[in-house]
Amino acid sequence: MLLTVSTTHQPATDLGYLLHKHPDRVQEFKQSFGSVTVFYPEATDERCTVALMLNVDPVRLARSRAKNAPDFSLAQYVNDRSYAASSLLGVAMADVFSTARSGRCNANQELADSAIPLEIVIPVLPCRGGAEIAHRLFEPLGWTVEAEPIPLDDDFAEWGDSRYVRLKLTGVVRLADALNQLHVLLPVLDESKHYWQGPDEVDKLLRSGEGWLATHPDANLITRRYLGRRSGLTRTALARLAELGDEVEEAIEPAEEEDILQPEEKRVPLNTQRHDAVYQTLLDLGARSVIDLGCGPGQFLDRLVKTPAFTRVAGSDVSTRSLQYAARRLRVERMSERQSERVDLFQSALTYEDDRFAGFDAAVLMEVVEHVDPPRLEALERVVFGAAKPGAVIVTTPNCEYNELYEGLVGMRHPDHRFEWNRQEFADWSDHVASTYGYVVERRGIGDLDDTLGTPTQMAIFTRKEGSDD
Amino acid sequence: MTESSTETHQVTVPAMGLVVLVGISGSGKSTFARTHFKSTEVVSSDFCRGLVADDENDQSATPDAFDVLHYIVGTRLRRGLLTVVDATNVQQQARASLIKLAKSHDVLVDAIVIDVPDTVAIERNKQRPDRDFGTHVVSRQHRDLKRSFRRLSKEGFRRVHVLRGTDQIDAVEIVRERPWNDRKDIHGPFDIIGDIHGCASELRTLLTELGWKLQYDGTTAIDATHPDGRQAVFVGDLVDRGPDTPGVLRLVMGMVASGNALCVSGNHEAKLVRALKGSKVTVSHGLAESLAQMGAESEDFGKQALDFMDGLISHYVLDDGKLVVAHAGLKQSYHGRSSGRVRSFALYGDTTGETDEYGLPVRYPWAQEYRGQAMVVYGHTPVPKAEWINNTICLDTGVVFGGELTALRYPERELVSVPAEQQWYEPVRPLAPAAGDREASVLKIGDVAGTRWLETTHAGKVKIPEENAAAALEIMSRFAVDPRWLIYLPPTMSPVATSKVDGFLEHPEQAFDEYAGWGVTRVVCEEKHMGSRAIAVITKDADAAERRFGIGDGTTGVVYTRTGRPFFDDTTELVNRLRIAADPLFESLDTDWLALDCELLPWSAKAIDLIKAQYASVGAAALNVLPEALAVLEQAAARGLDVGDITARSRRRLTNAEAFRDAYAAYVHPTNGLDGVTLAPFQILASEGRALALTESHEWHLAELAKLEGDLITPTRHRFVDLASRDERDAATQWWLDLTASGGEGVVVKPAHLTEGRIQPGIKVRGREYLRIIYGPDYTDSLDVLRDRFLGKKRQLAQREHGLGIEALAAFVDHEPLWKIHQSVFAVLALESEPVDPRL
Repeated sequence: MLLTVSTTHQPATDLGYLLHKHPDRVQEFKQSFGSVTVFYPEATDERCTVALMLNVDPVRLARSRAKNAPDFSLAQYVNDRSYAASSLLGVAMADVFSTARSGRCNANQELADSAIPLEIVIPVLPCRGGAEIAHRLFEPLGWTVEAEPIPLDDDFAEWGDSRYVRLKLTGVVRLADALNQLHVLLPVLDESKHYWQGPDEVDKLLRSGEGWLATHPDANLITRRYLGRRSGLTRTALARLAELGDEVEEAIEPAEEEDILQPEEKRVPLNTQRHDAVYQTLLDLGARSVIDLGCGPGQFLDRLVKTPAFTRVAGSDVSTRSLQYAARRLRVERMSERQSERVDLFQSALTYEDDRFAGFDAAVLMEVVEHVDPPRLEALERVVFGAAKPGAVIVTTPNCEYNELYEGLVGMRHPDHRFEWNRQEFADWSDHVASTYGYVVERRGIGDLDDTLGTPTQMAIFTRKEGSDD
Repeated sequence: MTESSTETHQVTVPAMGLVVLVGISGSGKSTFARTHFKSTEVVSSDFCRGLVADDENDQSATPDAFDVLHYIVGTRLRRGLLTVVDATNVQQQARASLIKLAKSHDVLVDAIVIDVPDTVAIERNKQRPDRDFGTHVVSRQHRDLKRSFRRLSKEGFRRVHVLRGTDQIDAVEIVRERPWNDRKDIHGPFDIIGDIHGCASELRTLLTELGWKLQYDGTTAIDATHPDGRQAVFVGDLVDRGPDTPGVLRLVMGMVASGNALCVSGNHEAKLVRALKGSKVTVSHGLAESLAQMGAESEDFGKQALDFMDGLISHYVLDDGKLVVAHAGLKQSYHGRSSGRVRSFALYGDTTGETDEYGLPVRYPWAQEYRGQAMVVYGHTPVPKAEWINNTICLDTGVVFGGELTALRYPERELVSVPAEQQWYEPVRPLAPAAGDREASVLKIGDVAGTRWLETTHAGKVKIPEENAAAALEIMSRFAVDPRWLIYLPPTMSPVATSKVDGFLEHPEQAFDEYAGWGVTRVVCEEKHMGSRAIAVITKDADAAERRFGIGDGTTGVVYTRTGRPFFDDTTELVNRLRIAADPLFESLDTDWLALDCELLPWSAKAIDLIKAQYASVGAAALNVLPEALAVLEQAAARGLDVGDITARSRRRLTNAEAFRDAYAAYVHPTNGLDGVTLAPFQILASEGRALALTESHEWHLAELAKLEGDLITPTRHRFVDLASRDERDAATQWWLDLTASGGEGVVVKPAHLTEGRIQPGIKVRGREYLRIIYGPDYTDSLDVLRDRFLGKKRQLAQREHGLGIEALAAFVDHEPLWKIHQSVFAVLALESEPVDPRL
């Protein structure tokens, strides 16, 4: 909630002209989410500093339901918005110094057009990605960056650093540019989740980014983060349940991408190989109707839908959010009547018997079983193999033996994995399931084969025995 | 075909079933229906035509109108309501489709033919301007009707009642006849006895064991009575295989004749009847023994026995519909119904048509899917031990194969068995556990998903909205413990009504006033531990876990969070330590399992990530920015700028931030694995046979829990307050002030005694400093705003969740099926995702 800008350009008090705020006055400006006070702690010819203090009262804001507040965190009474230089400070600053940001100065246009020595101090800046990201974002713009991590709590040194840094930028920069950069980069650095986004956000970004954003080496990251907002009602319900269980919300987010603890260059090809292998298996089996159990955001499902050979395609997942993504990916709303009769998307849990699982030639459980607690696997087996009884079931899961080839991987490949099997364990499990429920099983590897450790992914293809169809 | 005479005019129709009126247009069917049936019982084709066409006479709408008519009739029959179809029905196809509809709902169907001369009908139609069709239509209908008479009785109606002429029609009295299987009027208590198969001696022993007094004719037992007026119900298969089928029949026939017993038919009786009647049947499965034994009996007895067995019906619905007895069980939609397939299900079970490796029919495990309210008791499939599956139980424990003869006492749900005196008959296959005996943990998505209304004893009917269920499904299926352990989830708790005391948002005095207002005379103030809510379900040993919870993997309990998630990756050690600490309770409650409501301490043991991400972060931000802000403000002040107000505010905020930081730090204690972790139990939720949360007062709970000792246990400090005593109230308030001043979260105020009616089960009064981590560091500056808070919804939820939780506990204690327990527990979780102000 505090930001200071100093200059040693002489006479330094010209800063007042550039900002259109008189150095000897204390001015207060109302914002929808609080009030901003602008004053000058020092104003001499040698050095002039303007301080911008944002005062947010979270209680009052939450009470008034903060209808148009641009930040969802305000709904919580306990939040850092009244202390940290959040996106709110960015918004307030942009507004209070709007003329200065436009680079206009009737009193001294020449000065407004010039780069001048500036020092910007933000005592508490939320910095998603750590101090390093502050360097990455500000240095290409000509700043010298000091980003000092702030510890969480001095009494609990073992907790380490907080998500905040004390940021000091020094450089010779045009003031309007400096302000515009802060306007864009404060929300980019801010960790808090934005649930609401005005339709004009893109325009704002383009205007403030004029002259520097396009050439910024991290322009993509900046754009993505600035515009990356989330939404959804179920989400807030889940957030509520997370807190109830004394968990942070991230802990219950659906596992959308597999092997996230793996570097991208290994992960992406393996994903593709896995999809290819399962897809080819389905074609080889001659399956006409397929259900993707645990379809997530629908990557694989999309491929199934695009294949006319599959006359009936269903996807189910326990996460309503993943299903929303899947529906968007498949463009369910825009499907023709004929198409939408072919495709079905629904919420379900694999530990609950569900009539909608029944009647498919093949079911796919791709990277799903390892997200189920071992004591609950029996229920999954019964639901899929015992009750739904598809003609074939394809199961893929990591081979943990292979993990030692992943550099730096400690533990399992994904924080939500409840177990990872070696090849023997997978063989034992799949043999047991096959014999219990009247299936024949065949196992294959997916991904680059290591002579001793096998492949990174293992696959089991279960086909129901003749005569077991009742 | 019954032709009613003009003087007595009783027409008997099935109380649950379909009545098809048959008569030409203008014959007076509608008037007849109006006179004898409730208006909602009558569905007329004219009305349906009006529904779909805005014109009751628009003949072009007839096909659609009949679609609607069939839909309404079908729905009513499914729901078990008597339904009368008012349409001409003079054509055979029209009647056939209605008969088919009735059969598809397994109900009886009668026809009532209203036969008036066509001249009368034509005359009547002329009086009605809307009936503008010509006389030829009526004449054609009349021809159709006449043609129908010949075959009407063969079309599938149970009875066809023909009423001729207006006099007879006017004199009719309709009598509603209950189905034979409907014996809801008798309420027991019952002793329900499993498959006997000619084991007469064991039957006598069992009856004696159950307290029956046998009556003899010489050495032959011919009847039995129970001094407590109990009634016996035999599930069938009295005959075949065993040594003395006539002896069994004689006793059972006597008991049925004297009204001391009811008996349903088994498949063996059905086959024996066919054999005795001379039908060609394969003599197998012990039929030969019966035929030989019956052959040695008098012809007279043989005839009586044949009549008896031939007259047995296939199932009974007893005790207001709460109990159903059928030989091979019965699915819910067949209860109280009458049709060939209902009888066949009741006699033979839900067979798939396949046979197993022993050549015996494979039976579909209907009990697994059973979701009905009525208890279903049956036999038919020999099992080693009678076990409950979804409120159904099979009593055939294979006495004839050397097993046991078993009876179920109803409503006590008590099993009584006597062993076979010997193996009388070699089983074709070894006795196997009931199909899917260990599968009782299978839940169906329909048990929990979608918008649901749950009936609860303590909170009335509770609605669970679909979107809440969706969120709960995600949490439940991804994170919760095995549903068989999850017999309870705690409800949310409302804070006290907002205090008016200066500087306080919450204050005990308000809680005392509230409870006094609800008629409570004495309350207990329990220290509210600031940790994580924990439900502990522990068993004495692995056997108890398997027997009572069906968990056979050797685990002996679990400790889980408010969202059903296990504490720590492996709760075994915690469970083991708690079992030792809780030893006195196992003793005093004479139980081999316990469910405890606790708080797990310290808060940081579970919530450390939350503390760091949410609370410590805010503290770090505040304590780093405010000093710098004060520094620049001082600089500005030194320049002569007027920043007095903002400086004072910032100083105050720094003080608040420091207090906030101290507030959360008070609940952080280093733990290492279980070292440093304690449990503070404050209520014993349930033990074997007892839903203690429901039946015992908090005073009792606290006294029982005081018996626990050991490092693991943190006692719950508390004090009782007589609400009429000013001194006791003031002393309790002082206690609360001291408790919260030294870092305590606050207290929970609960009635000390059991209460009637729907009052809050507890309300929390949180301390002034603690509330900083709820309402934010500066909340004390905004008390005026915060006082204006709405507790209504929170309290409604607290009440409903409490009711649902209790419902689940009671269901578990009463051995209700898992799905029933689970749907209540699931509903608590679903309601917890409801967006109420989370600070309350």
